[in-house]
Amino acid sequence: MDILLSVLDSPITKWVVLIFLLVMPLASLLTWAERRQSAMMQDRLGPNRANIGPIKLMGILHFVADALKMIGKEDYVPPGAHRALFALAPILAIVPVFIAFIIIPFGPTIYPHSLFEVINAYELRNAIETEALSAHGAFQDAINLQIYEVEYGLLFYFAVLTLANYGATIAGWASYNKWALLGGLRASSQMMSYEVSMGLSLVAVFIAMGTLEPGAMVGWQGPNPMNWGWAIGLHAGWPVPIGVVAFVVFFTAAIAETKRPPFDMPEGESEIVGYFVEYSGLRWGIFFLAEFVEIVFIAAVITTVFFGGFHVPFLYEDGFRFAGWVLYLPHIVVVLLQVLAFGLKVVFFCWLQLAIRWTLPRFRPDQLMRLGWMRLLPIALINTMVAALIAIWW
Amino acid sequence: MAKQHAEPQTPPHSRAEVVSVSEANPKVRTIRVARPAREESSFLPATLKGLAITVKHFFKNVTTKADIETISYPEEKPPYPARHRGLHRLMKREDDTVRCVACMCCPTVCPADCITIIPAETDDDGVEKYPAVFEIDELRCVVCGLCVEACPCDAIRMDSGLHAPAVEERQDGIITKDEMLALGGRSIAVQGGISEEWRQDQPQNPRDEFPHDREGAPYGRPAKTWRNQS
Repeated sequence: MDILLSVLDSPITKWVVLIFLLVMPLASLLTWAERRQSAMMQDRLGPNRANIGPIKLMGILHFVADALKMIGKEDYVPPGAHRALFALAPILAIVPVFIAFIIIPFGPTIYPHSLFEVINAYELRNAIETEALSAHGAFQDAINLQIYEVEYGLLFYFAVLTLANYGATIAGWASYNKWALLGGLRASSQMMSYEVSMGLSLVAVFIAMGTLEPGAMVGWQGPNPMNWGWAIGLHAGWPVPIGVVAFVVFFTAAIAETKRPPFDMPEGESEIVGYFVEYSGLRWGIFFLAEFVEIVFIAAVITTVFFGGFHVPFLYEDGFRFAGWVLYLPHIVVVLLQVLAFGLKVVFFCWLQLAIRWTLPRFRPDQLMRLGWMRLLPIALINTMVAALIAIWW
Repeated sequence: MAKQHAEPQTPPHSRAEVVSVSEANPKVRTIRVARPAREESSFLPATLKGLAITVKHFFKNVTTKADIETISYPEEKPPYPARHRGLHRLMKREDDTVRCVACMCCPTVCPADCITIIPAETDDDGVEKYPAVFEIDELRCVVCGLCVEACPCDAIRMDSGLHAPAVEERQDGIITKDEMLALGGRSIAVQGGISEEWRQDQPQNPRDEFPHDREGAPYGRPAKTWRNQS
C-alpha cells in the first residue's frame, strides 16, 4: 500500500498521466477539431470519412491516417543543412511545452485514506494551517495533482517556453534555405515581442494574488466564480477591471506565441514560406503537434490563472455550498468532478482559440508589431502599475 | 471620355483627403488617408463581432446541420437536369428484345466513332435485322447525344443519369449490349407505328408524356455502376 501510494505520488506517474491521458489525446483531437470545427463555422461538413472498417467516429480517425502518412514519408534533409541542428529543432519546439506542463495543477489534492468519505473541511483547514497533515490519519499520504510545486511557478513557464522560440529560429537557420531563415527570423521577432506583454500582463495578477505558484493561485481563487482571476478588480470595489484586461492581453499575446492565425507570419502555410519549409514527414509532424500541444498548454494556463483552475463553481472540499444550501459529496466524487472541470475548461479554451483562428484573417507584420509594442505592452504596463498602486494604497 | 478630364474628386473612401493632383494624369493623386478610429484599431470589437458570426454558424451547424452546403457525394447526389446526358442504355420491346434494328444511323453520325454495331438477320419480318454486337467505347464517347437524335426507333438513349465509371484498363471502358440492355427500359413508342386510335388516347399537353418517357430509367436510385448491374 505504501509502495503503491509512493508510486502514485511520484512526479513521473503524474506526468505520464497528465501527458498521456489529457494532453496528447487532446492535442491529437485538436488536429481533428481544427478541421471539423472550421468546417462547421464555414457551413461545410469537413473530413468525416477516415475509417477502420465500419468505425468512422465522425472522422476522428483522420489523425491516425495523418500519423501513418507522416511516418511513411521520406525523411529528407536538404544538402547543406546543419544536420545536428536540423534534427534538434523539432525536439526543441515540443519538449519545452511538455516540460512546462509540470507546473499546472490539473486536479485537487487527493487524500487516499478518506476517498469514500465526506471530508471534514474544518479539520482539513486546521490540519493545513498547523502543517499537521501527515499527523492526521485521514489526511495522510496526500497526493497533490500538481507535478512541480515551486514558488516561482509561472516564471518557470516563461523561462521554459522561451526555449520553444529557439526551435523555430534554429529550424529556419539549419535548413540552409533563405526563405526558411526569413521565416525563422519572423518567428523569433514575433515571439520575442509578444513574450514581453505576455509576461507583464500576468504581473498584475501576481500582485493581486500575491503568488506566482499556480497551485496557490487556484487555492486563492476558490470555488466562487466571482473570486476567480478574471474578476480581479470587479468584486473588491477596485476601480479597474484588472483581471479582464490581463486576460485579454494575455490571451492575445498567447495566441501570437503559438504562431497561429491571425499571427501566423512565421509559417504562413499557404502563402509565405515559413521556417519549417524544408521539413517533411514526422519531423514536420512534430512541429505540427507542438503547435497543438501549445494550444492545450495556453488553455491550461488561462484556466489556472483566470478561471479557477480545477474548481467547479461552488464545489468545496466536502460538497456543494450555495447560499445556505449544502450537498455533501464523498471525496472521490469531488476529486473526479474537479478533474473533469479542469478538462472541460481546457477543452473550452482550446475551442475558443480555434474559433478565433478561423474567424480572423492574418495580420500584416507592421500591424503585428504595432499591436504588440504600441497597444498590448502599454496596456499591460498600465495594468501592472494600477494593480501595484492599488495593492499599496487600497 | 468625360471621366478622363473630370475634376478631381474625393475618392469614395470618405476618410481620404486629396492633397494634390498630377497635371499630366488627373487620375494620379496624392491623398492623405486618415488612420482607423481607435475602437477599430484595437481590433477587439471587430474580433468579437466576427466571433459572434462564426460561433453562431458553428452552433447552428453542430446542432441542426441547417446551413451545411456539402453534399456527401456517393450517398447523396445533386439532382441532374432533366436533359442530362449520361451513360447510354438500350431500350426494349414488349417482349424484352432489343429495339435496335441495326440501321447503322448512330455509328454513322457519331463524331467520335465510338459505336460498333455488327448486324445480324432475324426471322421477324417487321424488323429484318438486329444488332448481334452493340458496343460503345465510353472512353471515346464525347457525350454529344447525336446517336440519340439519329435513332429512328427510340432504341438508344442517354438518360440513365449515370456517369461512365472510372476503369483501370482501356478495354473495360467499352460498354456492351447486355450492359446497356440491363440499364434499358421499355419505350412507349411502338415499332412500325400503330393505328389512328392511339393518337386520340394521348394527353393534349405533350409535356404530360414526360414521366412516361423516363420510365425504367435507373436515375435517382441508389448508386450502382453499370457494370455490376448486368
